[in-house]
Amino acid sequence: MSAGQLVLAVEIDGDGAHPAAWRHAAHAPGALLDPRRVRAVARIAENAGFGLVTLADDLVPPGGNPHISGRIGAVERAAFIAAVTSVVGIAPVVSTTYAEPFHVSSQLASIDHVSNGRGGWVVGVSAAEAAAPAWGRPLVGDAPARAREATDSARVVRDLWDSWEDDAVIRDVATSRYLDRDRLHYIDFTGQTFAVKGPAIVPRPPQGQLVVFAEHGLLPADLVDVALVGTPARTDSPRTFAEIEVALDTPAASAADRVAQLDRFTAFPARNRLRYTGSAEGFVALLTDLAGVVDGVRLHPLVLDDDLAVLSRLVLPALFRARIASRPLPGATLRDTLGLPRPDNRYATAQGNAR
Amino acid sequence: MTRTDPTDVPRPEANLHFGVFFQGVNHWTIWSDPNSGSQIDPASYRQVAQTAERGLFDAFFLGEGLRLREVDGRIHDLDVAGRPDAITQLAALAAVTDRIGLVSTSNTTFNEPAELARRLSGLDLLSSGRAGWNVVTTDNAWTGANFRRGGYLDHADRYRRAAEFLGVARAIWDGWADDAIAASVDAPSWARPNAIGRVRERGAQFDVDLVPTLPRSAQGHPVIFQAGDSSEGRDFAARNADVIFSAHGNDFDDALAFANDLRTRLRAVGRPADDLRTRLRAVGRPADDLRILPGTEIIIGATEDEAREKARLIRFEQVTPATALNIASLLWNIDLSDRDADGPLPVEDPVIEKNSGAFGARRVADPRATVANWREQAQAHNWSLRETVIALGPQRGHVGTPAGLADKFTHFVREGAVDGFNITPYLIPDGLDDIVELLVPELQERGAYPAEYAGTTLREHLGLREPLTHRNADATRTG
Repeated sequence: MSAGQLVLAVEIDGDGAHPAAWRHAAHAPGALLDPRRVRAVARIAENAGFGLVTLADDLVPPGGNPHISGRIGAVERAAFIAAVTSVVGIAPVVSTTYAEPFHVSSQLASIDHVSNGRGGWVVGVSAAEAAAPAWGRPLVGDAPARAREATDSARVVRDLWDSWEDDAVIRDVATSRYLDRDRLHYIDFTGQTFAVKGPAIVPRPPQGQLVVFAEHGLLPADLVDVALVGTPARTDSPRTFAEIEVALDTPAASAADRVAQLDRFTAFPARNRLRYTGSAEGFVALLTDLAGVVDGVRLHPLVLDDDLAVLSRLVLPALFRARIASRPLPGATLRDTLGLPRPDNRYATAQGNAR
Repeated sequence: MTRTDPTDVPRPEANLHFGVFFQGVNHWTIWSDPNSGSQIDPASYRQVAQTAERGLFDAFFLGEGLRLREVDGRIHDLDVAGRPDAITQLAALAAVTDRIGLVSTSNTTFNEPAELARRLSGLDLLSSGRAGWNVVTTDNAWTGANFRRGGYLDHADRYRRAAEFLGVARAIWDGWADDAIAASVDAPSWARPNAIGRVRERGAQFDVDLVPTLPRSAQGHPVIFQAGDSSEGRDFAARNADVIFSAHGNDFDDALAFANDLRTRLRAVGRPADDLRTRLRAVGRPADDLRILPGTEIIIGATEDEAREKARLIRFEQVTPATALNIASLLWNIDLSDRDADGPLPVEDPVIEKNSGAFGARRVADPRATVANWREQAQAHNWSLRETVIALGPQRGHVGTPAGLADKFTHFVREGAVDGFNITPYLIPDGLDDIVELLVPELQERGAYPAEYAGTTLREHLGLREPLTHRNADATRTG
């Protein structure tokens, strides 16, 4: 990422940001759960030049009657996408409220391995009350308790990513040792509701640490790489991304009409995000203005099949021409794309200081 | 073998089924070989899976370990270790393979059914019906130290939890009617009314209430694998599994005895999920309801002598002096790491009383008898400790020429001792090449191996029937 440039992210879950987006999708409803659809959307986003895709998720149904009731897990989709793309970053939402932090860490580290260093994590919380009986766990019922679980989980996940030093696999034939056990570390985490021993069962991710995205304010600043904000202004995190819902004019209908048509089924709920409704040129101008304010944007297209096409054909090429944004480079890790350094290993550093 | 007519066998038409087990933790995978590749690079996994698919293998199989192995409080450092999360890795392989089944070993103790069932469903949909689940249990607090609940489960309850877990998972997999999703964007709702059933299950282990988020796949449910060898484990397999991944595949008589034991257990049990079918048959599950695939290693040479010499060299690479001492330490239950592996056997008796400091490794059933046998044989052959471990330690595998092995395996499958093998390559990622290029064609010439995939799903490859669901059962009852 060059100074003053935006990194472009796009959320590709479901059929789009509007709950009724499936009604304007260019495919039959059931195709949403077809691997060809998962592959096609990811490739469109990569070919358009996005720096990363994100994948929303939770254990409970995404929309609820009368809307989309099905969703393949974000980690599984992310791994599948990793195998059919080459430069785009991939950041699944993984919830922290009830999940096992040890599994979360392993799954995300594996995403980074299968993508050769293109993995990110959007730290999720499960606010729906239905999540507790689905997991069979006591309700984590208020926002502070969910923030506590998210914080402790993120700490464990990050500690586990460092629990293998980069060079822990030594393959020392002379001593018959595959591992140097001094380069593996118990994390011995004890939080408010759980404890985790470690070390990880997955070697350190290629990026050292995956890029951690979180809604601004959910986690302590030291656990976040990219803060997601609804109101564009820099934060105390290394990078800040503005969240933008976007509906664009298409050859068939104006953006305002497209929103109105979907609103007839269900109102587009207000979320803590910017919302843009209008022409591609106007959107390019908005993003150009934001380039001096935030480091990136995460776009939530109204209807993927419509708005992703306009973004791909009109918006991103204009941003690239004006050098407001650039495509991720071949071979780049997601950290490279974001201009974030590969972090030192906390345990190796601690040991180095003690020596 | 005294038969003269080749068709005079219990199963003259039977074909072998092959799987490949990409191992993550063991001393059989040779990492010291110059041709040995990465245990974590996705390219290694892709190559093994694609080679297996070229050889028409039914399944690509990944294991699980939820804590790094330890000996006396220290991380075991001699063997390969460090591997990806199985379902995550398999979801990536689903995108770069077309036919091969993708089997994840996943624990019922440190997972919850709603999440694991959904992850497996996701893999099953992304692979268009190629997912499998090797159901394993853990009860030790040592593994529990990595999880929210710690070591909460009694040893006696581990199969009870596994069976209940599977029951909940099956209810989740059956939650959607086959036509649950609207055919058109103009339908009144995305899912047809009442087409998605709520799952409420309350048992000794679970109290869950959820709405499943995924439909059945092209193969209905993921195929269920099971590997436990205890009597409890075998009963669990007889009741619940589609495939048993056994440890009885080296010796023909041992393999046949195991297969017959399983068939007896199959006849004795009903299958809870299939009560209707069981009622109709009035007996237990039919013998062809369960495939038996022993884990094995296959070492191939152009001649018998060459194969034996290759096997000898491989054994010395697998059982390094340090590994020999580690295996002996586990057997004696004494720290022998400072002894000379190329010297004689330890003079001490094995320690029976003390708990072993080893975690994550298998123990020997009768150490005193085993040590006595090792002493006798070592003396008779003038073997060092390392040579003794190689000759008498954990055994596995078949060694021979492609033609010789093909004859032998055809005999195994036609006599009903196995349905195939789950092959563990000793070299990653090239270790399957000679099996696919040399052994598979020999088997095909004998008509004992398929010439093409039977279908597109793992269930079809294995020749398994579709799972009967609660919904189908209801339809059959009322219709």
